[in-house]
Amino acid sequence: MKKRTKKYHALHMALYTALCPVLTILAPAQTAMAEAAPNKGVTINVYNWGEYIANGTDDSLDINEEFTRRTGIQVNYTTFDSNEALYSKLAGGGADYDVIIPSDYMVSRLISENMLAELDFSNIPNFEYIDERFRDPDYDPGSRYSVPYTWGVVGLFYNTDYIKEDITSWSALWDDRYAGKILMFDNPRDSFAIAQFLLGQSLNTADESDWAEAAALLKQQKPLVQAYVMDRIFDKMESEEAWIAPYYAGDAAILVDNSDNIRFVVPEEGTNFFVDAMCIPITSSHKAEAEAYINFLCSPEIAGANMDYVGYSTPESAAKAYISAEMVESSIYYPDEETLKRTQIFVNLPEETAKLVDSLWAEAKMGGPGESAVLIAIILGFLGLYIAILIYKRRKRRRELA
Amino acid sequence: MKKTGARIYTFLIFLFLYAPILVLIVFSFNGSETASRTVWGGFSLRWYQKLFEDRLILEALRNTLFIAAVSAAASTVLGTMAAIGINSLKRLPRRIMMNITNFPMVNPEIVTGVSLMLLFVSAVRLFGGRSLGMGSLVAAHITFCLPYVILSVLPKLRQLDPNLYEAAQDLGCPPVKAFFKVVLPEIMPGIVTGMIMAFTLSIDDFVISYFTSGTTQTLPIYIYSMTRKRISPEINALSTVLFAVIMVLLIVINVRSFQDRGGRQKAEHPEIVQK
Repeated sequence: MKKRTKKYHALHMALYTALCPVLTILAPAQTAMAEAAPNKGVTINVYNWGEYIANGTDDSLDINEEFTRRTGIQVNYTTFDSNEALYSKLAGGGADYDVIIPSDYMVSRLISENMLAELDFSNIPNFEYIDERFRDPDYDPGSRYSVPYTWGVVGLFYNTDYIKEDITSWSALWDDRYAGKILMFDNPRDSFAIAQFLLGQSLNTADESDWAEAAALLKQQKPLVQAYVMDRIFDKMESEEAWIAPYYAGDAAILVDNSDNIRFVVPEEGTNFFVDAMCIPITSSHKAEAEAYINFLCSPEIAGANMDYVGYSTPESAAKAYISAEMVESSIYYPDEETLKRTQIFVNLPEETAKLVDSLWAEAKMGGPGESAVLIAIILGFLGLYIAILIYKRRKRRRELA
Repeated sequence: MKKTGARIYTFLIFLFLYAPILVLIVFSFNGSETASRTVWGGFSLRWYQKLFEDRLILEALRNTLFIAAVSAAASTVLGTMAAIGINSLKRLPRRIMMNITNFPMVNPEIVTGVSLMLLFVSAVRLFGGRSLGMGSLVAAHITFCLPYVILSVLPKLRQLDPNLYEAAQDLGCPPVKAFFKVVLPEIMPGIVTGMIMAFTLSIDDFVISYFTSGTTQTLPIYIYSMTRKRISPEINALSTVLFAVIMVLLIVINVRSFQDRGGRQKAEHPEIVQK
């Protein structure tokens, strides 16, 4: 095994130097601060969200390289775009991951489907730095399978040039004065959460009528919504194409930092509080090394340096000493106690409810079965056209023959 | 009048084709703090600097280029052999073979991707492996590149005069040597086209790679995973670099073949030059 990995790396390096010598020269020569640990010949596979770790650019610390230097364990770091992509990769088999970082509700789903290994906390002594608030969460009772990596809240961003009043409620997204300038999340849980806060429901309700009620509210909102988007909100808000949009605080804080007329608010009805947590899949073949990686990411110095780059909030108070004071004091990254009291966290929904939510969402977003009639009409139209052309051609041929 | 109309039409077509690339290149030099794709924040090279510092992007790029090179080479060799075989078949078996090779091309990519994944996963389990990765990616890429190589080599074989090969053998050339000396140079343009096509298809591919990648990451997958936050302008910078490299390569190839042809024409037909 050892030999094979080495060979693989040698091949890689050879190709690397052959194909892109320029890149190798330009890559910064990282000087080792202390003596590096010897190569253990073990590579762990880490699966994380895209753009979610400090990687050495902009003078940040290259977390993975630092881990390899200190422990001698190699890291094969890859990224995903959504919890569902992560799930399908794990469930489909054929991927041997050692550390994964799903969000709250996906952690509870993976636990309920026996896909996570129970962590050995004697290998993760740095768990002691995790704040009390983040221990024993709803998605992982007793904190047996997961260690929080980041957290944040959802809030409203709006442009004060066009929206003169102080916004305090989610109902602003239903205000027809802003019709056509409103953006919404392009995923069911986050969109439904907003309607559910307005209705005063629990985010994890199993009551079908609750969901139907929320769906009706979303349907009512649809004519006012400019678009259902995820990362495109940055462009749309910046270019003032849209005036008001809900998004994850950590991601969108950059909007507020860079423009004077965009403001952030956590509405009074409350909001979704989310956590992304590190877990080890049950199929992992290097569990001890994976735990060493988790432990490494939990040491306050590393967590601080990491979050300083990523721009999300750390669950460790001790790590704040390593984050720029501006961020630590910002109420976008670290909302006050009062705001946090109004938050709710997602837990995995029972399968039936999840299916119901998916179909209700499709209906709310697409406009329901009315549109499938249009689709059928279009298909029939094309079919008719095709048949007409066929008949015309046949007639023409017959005429030519005659 | 008619001519200006035609010119405007051509201009519009080229504008339509190249405007996106132009925008991409312009915004790779955008200095805006927020990495905006719509607001111009002054000229800067920061995304280029960041790109060359970013180990993850470079690693993904390296994987992509490695896979593309290996699968283009392998599918070219296999595809050329297959094309020669198909070309020498009788009419009916040839038609059947052509339909079988064409099928993967018209098959939706997602179907190919999922079915390859299922195959690889069960194969990996059978042989006690742990995970899909580089190997399965290369195998998948060879699979979907093959038909394109076959399709670009076959027409060249059709054009080839079958008597040439026999004449070479009549003159005492052993079959293998006759193939390399006579047939191969004639069908070379088709082989090169097929190889370039396989290479670009392999670099491009997202859907099939997505399912068969296991724990290896290629550039398209990496770019897609950025969509939660936003696609960093580093990608613009990278695309600009790739575009520039390909353009220079194309120019070099064209200039060389132009000079080559000119030289040969001069040597073989001195009268052309005199005229």
